[in-house]
Amino acid sequence: MNFSTLTKALSGGLALSAILTGVALADPAVIYDLGGKFDKSFNEAAYNGAEAWKAATGGSFLDLELQNDAQREQALRRFAGQGANPIVMAGFSWTAALTAVAPEFPDTNFVVIDTVVDAPNVQSILFDEHTGSFLVGVLAAMKSETGTVGFVGGMDVPLIHKFYCGYAQGAKAANPDIKLIENYTGTTPAAWNDPVTAGELAKAAVDAGADVVYAAAGGSGLGVLQAMKDAGKFSIGVDSNQNYLQPGSVLTSMLKRVDVAVQNALTEAADDATFKPGLTVLGLANDGVGYAVDDNNKDLLTPEMIAAAEDYKAKIIAGEVTVHDYTTDSACPL
Amino acid sequence: MSASRPLPRWADIALLPALNLLLAFLVSGLVVLLVGENPFHAIQVILYGAFGYGDGFGYTLYYATNFIFTGLAVAVAAHAGLFNIGGDGQAYVAGLGAVVVALALDQTHWLIAMPLAVIAAGAVGGFWAFVPGWLQAKRGSHVVITTIMFNFIASALMVYMVNRVLKPASTMAPESETIEVAGRVPQLRQFFSFFGYSPVNLSIVIAIAALIGVYILIWHTKFGYAMRVLGANPTASRYAGISNSKMIMITMTISGALAGMVAINEVMGVQNRLVLDFVAGAGFVGIAVALMGRNHPIGIALAAILFGALYQGGQELQFVIPGITREMIVVIQALVILFTGAMEGLFRPSLERAFMLLSPEQKSEAIAVSTAKPES
Repeated sequence: MNFSTLTKALSGGLALSAILTGVALADPAVIYDLGGKFDKSFNEAAYNGAEAWKAATGGSFLDLELQNDAQREQALRRFAGQGANPIVMAGFSWTAALTAVAPEFPDTNFVVIDTVVDAPNVQSILFDEHTGSFLVGVLAAMKSETGTVGFVGGMDVPLIHKFYCGYAQGAKAANPDIKLIENYTGTTPAAWNDPVTAGELAKAAVDAGADVVYAAAGGSGLGVLQAMKDAGKFSIGVDSNQNYLQPGSVLTSMLKRVDVAVQNALTEAADDATFKPGLTVLGLANDGVGYAVDDNNKDLLTPEMIAAAEDYKAKIIAGEVTVHDYTTDSACPL
Repeated sequence: MSASRPLPRWADIALLPALNLLLAFLVSGLVVLLVGENPFHAIQVILYGAFGYGDGFGYTLYYATNFIFTGLAVAVAAHAGLFNIGGDGQAYVAGLGAVVVALALDQTHWLIAMPLAVIAAGAVGGFWAFVPGWLQAKRGSHVVITTIMFNFIASALMVYMVNRVLKPASTMAPESETIEVAGRVPQLRQFFSFFGYSPVNLSIVIAIAALIGVYILIWHTKFGYAMRVLGANPTASRYAGISNSKMIMITMTISGALAGMVAINEVMGVQNRLVLDFVAGAGFVGIAVALMGRNHPIGIALAAILFGALYQGGQELQFVIPGITREMIVVIQALVILFTGAMEGLFRPSLERAFMLLSPEQKSEAIAVSTAKPES
């Protein structure tokens, strides 16, 4: 290629990219957190939700994986500037960036999951993880023969303490004498993806007498499920239905339907008529959280256990039983 | 021994890196072609994204600011014959100094907070490099090993400090409290609206001052001369009455303090709080920047802008061509580092031959040099 064609191609391309960046795209955008799109956990659930939306509506969406924290505001402004609407982001690290950017694009609808940003064009989605965890806590305590149940969390943050606190309350409700073993995989985001450490923590819990261990640890939870299967005991999965991963050993999974939240957000927030700015809490009543029963675990759960869990579920929805939310006061009364 | 002579200076400084860069882009282009995208379009997107508009150029300069600091840190140590690969850790712990000063003084004015934070970040970063320097000087523990180990100690220490000491109880994310406006480094966009929303800030002025300061230090002071003597031949420097161990410790401290300036840019200029892993590998990019820049401030400035452009252009690529994932961008960046850093000598022999063919008097001179008998 000679020089003049090269320069022509270059200037042509520059003009083209200038057009591309200026064009108004009405497609929605999904931005994943630093864990990456395929983290077998939270971000992947968001991705699956977007894919489900795509399959259901035939639309298309833009998405982006971040490389560092400095790119958060850049990515938001870039998508909003392109006309992407709505913009959905998953993760509690978005608070600062979204607080800064949302007022600059009053006509763009933003949806953020797991944190709260107070702006007229932002829908913040939170999950009642404590009530879902309460139900699996009830199931764990009823299943346990040793009277000891374990918990392996991912990163040691208030959100995961919220899971533990609900679980512990549920276990105590079903069996006031239950012993609880609480562990966290680590204090950095790497704790979401460290199945080896999480598996070791599960083994330690088994050594201390636990025969059911609840893994609220993202990708690290896979190590817990494996360790409990190897020990011939039971585990409880999290976020997605993980019952199929170790059939016969996974007692149930605490469902946190990030995928459903993303799918709904892409549909509802695209239109100002259906967009719901402000705080949306997904709980037991609207199936945002729950416990999973399918062919893989139906033999593990007795009718009495299901009945007890359903009973508590109805009482929690009706307000007869209140489950304490750890994040309201950073304390867990047991 | 073949008849060769050193390249003219301009060819060594400009032509050779340019050729290496061209080769890197060619191979990257093949990779882009392999995933089914148009490489010319990709290069246009990178160039436009990095230099084509104010926001993009601002991001390029913001990344370059970090790389100038870490590149200078590596270069200063390299002139004394020390290989400091702990820039990442030094910059990381320096964040502690910066954030403590900024949080304490964020009710005053940035003119007070910024100089004090520079001193604090420099002191903490310098200390983090002084310890390996001391171990090298007094105990003979090799500085390559100790500095890289200090990176791990730094990351463990920072996880503890951020999670257990600096993090307000109510936040989920591992980060310190947010610094108030008065404690932040002013953004360039406050003075030039050209930069849009990009995070380039006054730290770049410190970076330029550091470039000039390092130039003066290395080539125009007695200390710099002693440093270079130590780097060229430690036995000779000892014989000349220079205290090698003192030189090693002081040089490492300066190197660490320079790396620590990354914390000013990131903590006070961009994030406005201390987040985990804010250095994001800038310390290691600094090694490539120093290699490519031949440990000279001008070369380092140019190489830092190149890497800044690759970072920002790479991000642009992800927006415009969704088929190119973030892993692909890392591959392209790695190829540039490979060809300009590790394989920088690839074209040297052929270039030397080409220059000799072009100039007959150089050729005869070269033959005379190589055939001359050593004086007895």
